[in-house]
Amino acid sequence: MIATGLLRRLGMAAATLFGVAVVVFVLLRVAPGDPIAMMISPGASPQDIAELRARYGLDLPLFSQFGIWLAGILRGDFGTSISLHRDVLGLLAERLPATLELAIAACLVAVAVGGGAAIAGTLMRRRLGEAALDGAIGLMLAVPDFIWALAFVLIFGVLWPVLPLSGRMDPSVSVPFVTHFYLLESLITFRFAIAGDIIAHMVMPIMALALPLAAIISRILKSALSEAMVQDYVLIARVKGLSEIWLVAGEALRNVIGPTLALTGVQFTFLIGGTVIIERIFAYPGIGNMGIEAVINRDLPLIQGLVLVFGALFILVNLAIDLAVAAFNPRLRHG
Amino acid sequence: MTAPLLAISHLGAVSGRGIGVPILRDVSLEIAHGETHGLVGESGAGKSTIAKAVLGILPHGIRLTKGRIELAGRDLLSLDARARRELLGAEVALIPQDPLTALNPGRRIETQLTDGLILWRGQAFKEARRRMLALLEEVQIREPERVMRAYPHELSGGMRQRVLIAAAFGLEPKLVIADEPTTALDVTVQKQILRLIRAMQARHGTGVVFVTHDLGVVAQICDRATLLYMGKVMEQGRVATLLEAPRHPYTQALMAACPRYDRPGQGLEPVPASVFATCRAEIAAFDRAEAGHG
Amino acid sequence: MAEAALAKAEPASPERRDRGVLRAVLAEPKVVFGGSFILLLIAVALSAPMIAPHDPLEQDLMSGTLPPHGFAGASPDFLFGTDDLGRDVLSRLIFGSRIALTVAFVAASLAALLGTLLGLLAGYFGKMTDIVVSRLIEIWMAFPPVLLSILVVAIMGSGVGSVIAAIAIIDWTRFARVVRAETMAQAQADYVTAARTLGFGRMTILFREILPNVAPLLLGLVTLEMGIAVIVEAILSFVGLSVSSDTPTWGGMIAQGRQIIYQAWWVFALPLVALFATVLAFNQLGDGLRRALDPVMQR
Repeated sequence: MIATGLLRRLGMAAATLFGVAVVVFVLLRVAPGDPIAMMISPGASPQDIAELRARYGLDLPLFSQFGIWLAGILRGDFGTSISLHRDVLGLLAERLPATLELAIAACLVAVAVGGGAAIAGTLMRRRLGEAALDGAIGLMLAVPDFIWALAFVLIFGVLWPVLPLSGRMDPSVSVPFVTHFYLLESLITFRFAIAGDIIAHMVMPIMALALPLAAIISRILKSALSEAMVQDYVLIARVKGLSEIWLVAGEALRNVIGPTLALTGVQFTFLIGGTVIIERIFAYPGIGNMGIEAVINRDLPLIQGLVLVFGALFILVNLAIDLAVAAFNPRLRHG
Repeated sequence: MTAPLLAISHLGAVSGRGIGVPILRDVSLEIAHGETHGLVGESGAGKSTIAKAVLGILPHGIRLTKGRIELAGRDLLSLDARARRELLGAEVALIPQDPLTALNPGRRIETQLTDGLILWRGQAFKEARRRMLALLEEVQIREPERVMRAYPHELSGGMRQRVLIAAAFGLEPKLVIADEPTTALDVTVQKQILRLIRAMQARHGTGVVFVTHDLGVVAQICDRATLLYMGKVMEQGRVATLLEAPRHPYTQALMAACPRYDRPGQGLEPVPASVFATCRAEIAAFDRAEAGHG
Repeated sequence: MAEAALAKAEPASPERRDRGVLRAVLAEPKVVFGGSFILLLIAVALSAPMIAPHDPLEQDLMSGTLPPHGFAGASPDFLFGTDDLGRDVLSRLIFGSRIALTVAFVAASLAALLGTLLGLLAGYFGKMTDIVVSRLIEIWMAFPPVLLSILVVAIMGSGVGSVIAAIAIIDWTRFARVVRAETMAQAQADYVTAARTLGFGRMTILFREILPNVAPLLLGLVTLEMGIAVIVEAILSFVGLSVSSDTPTWGGMIAQGRQIIYQAWWVFALPLVALFATVLAFNQLGDGLRRALDPVMQR
């Protein structure tokens, strides 16, 4: 029963991804301006240009181009980057881990901060602290990741320079990594000094991405918790003599996580999209930053590959949220 | 005579701010250890409020204006929040009105049943679980192991109420408060539940406060009762005496209103308006006297 | 007797109802605060050539990187200081508001128009229309918005028009989703059934009956979208893809300020504050409108 639901959703996901591919493909080829023109040296002859165009298949009709590209994707061949002259798949594999580490860490921080604020707010019900917290969250809700990032640059990079402003690691350190998951690898191999350096570089981008999401989670979770706290079973638990903290976090919380996730799930996908500009601001070498470069350089194969990857991430996050919502509902767990 | 288990003296409560609307007017009652005491009255008479006052879960709009509540000799109202929570948690249990909403839908029965024992009797989970399993058999649940592992939504209303009864008595508290425990159940199940509560009370020697609007229930299982109308005690005493020789016109009228199976021609008489007039005059006089003292 | 009952059954006359709405809206503090700031900003933008102390493009290399008033070395000529090319920050901020507000109002309206139309059609006609629109929404949302907007501007060439188009093309989904859900709910209502039985055509019902009931919801959303549009424009000019580099934009100022942030942090900080204040104002306004109009809808 769960299996057929999953299969159906995977099928729809594949369809969506296909749609994404089509849209970006068409969008790129109706654009005025010639990507080839950006690649050639000034003294090139018309023949060279025609050759180049043929090499990248840009002289074929739209359908054929798409068919060739799609066939390549299914084989694992994402084409060659026009601007970086390397295999696109290799480029993606190189840069994706950085973005993944950033995004996952940001999601975790958002849940921790947002959840903590919601629980604290519920414990402070009908007291002064609650109004102050509500006000702070309300203000936070208006600040998008872009502004957080820039504010952090100003405060922690310039006015009170405690954090590094760009990159993933101190450039003077050269440590051989096996994978591109620098943070994960350094933690697993107990190279804590390096891990610390990586984390220092990640703090500001993570906070910029996490805080808007945390504000939303906090608002919705607190509202759900407040509703749950007036339910009979909480009253019974209170009569049993269970502590206030247990009432909120132990009794009420488990019943509201599912609905809260359902309402906030889409915001997690927005976080993925946010990595584009945040990585740019902090010169963080992930796929977001690479995406901006690719668009500026009209690097068609790279743009297509990147959009596919982002699309796949979006779909995966959605799937994960759906599964999590189902997991937190005891009525669904028993089939 | 040993000291009473629960002693409420001159309890007053109002709702709303300022002077407020009186909810309880000078209520006093005593419950001995092992006694089953009925708190009777129509809706709004204040019986639930008394129960909630004892348990410390009065809604935010209602506050106590005067009086004492003593549990096993200790003054409940003078204790700080933590001491109160400890005393009530260990010695008073509640059988709630609606079994459908009283259990946490997200936790298995076994964890909800063992809370009290783990917290207040210092038992480990395994030990507490074994004990509650025995109690599930006591309340005549046929597959106790399956029920233990189940979630509340898998059980019927009657079964959930039995689980709640087991939870209440399993803690071996000194006092169990049953808040209209049969209102939400089918008529056929009601009688079973009542008999069950009586049996559990007898076996464990617990004091029981039975909050109800049904004189018939009081007749069946209570030793003594307190009759309330508009927050004031109308009549109080041994159930047998109350039913055979009621002194207050309200009680008399209530008795007349009950359908009698042994006298099919009688009963179902509405309470005459004159009785209400008498009661309300009494209460108004009481209020004036109170205001004069305030 | 019958007349009295009929009079009571009649809905309140239109003027009476509208006056109640206006009063409710103006009573909401968020609306007052947010709305005043926006009105002030509009006034500033409209009168920019008159109130700006300097020409925003005028360079004065002798007065480069002067700090704002109150800091050592400030000049009374340049209240908010100058950038490395000697351009007055205050004047550039004032002129930057023009782009911000133009994009905000036009782009948000276009996005709302497109999204509402598709949402109404999908929610009311259901079946194939709904499937197509929903698929479209899902595909659209799978794109990272910033990347897509950069792509659109890169394709269409820089300029205010491209920025507006980019925002409308990307954010229509926000409106479509909400309008679709609301339309589906409204379509079940009795007044719709009543209109059908009276023989009204489906399009007529959609635009004359359902749309007015969906509209209050839209007001809050459009205001929110304006705040988002301001941010997207800032991001685009930060990346260098918005209007031509001559016209001052807040995002462009921030990007330039980033280069000289250690020498002249105010060139970076002040447009950031302006941006934040504007977005906050739109948010408060939208929030307040939503709260003020919600109970009115239920009346």
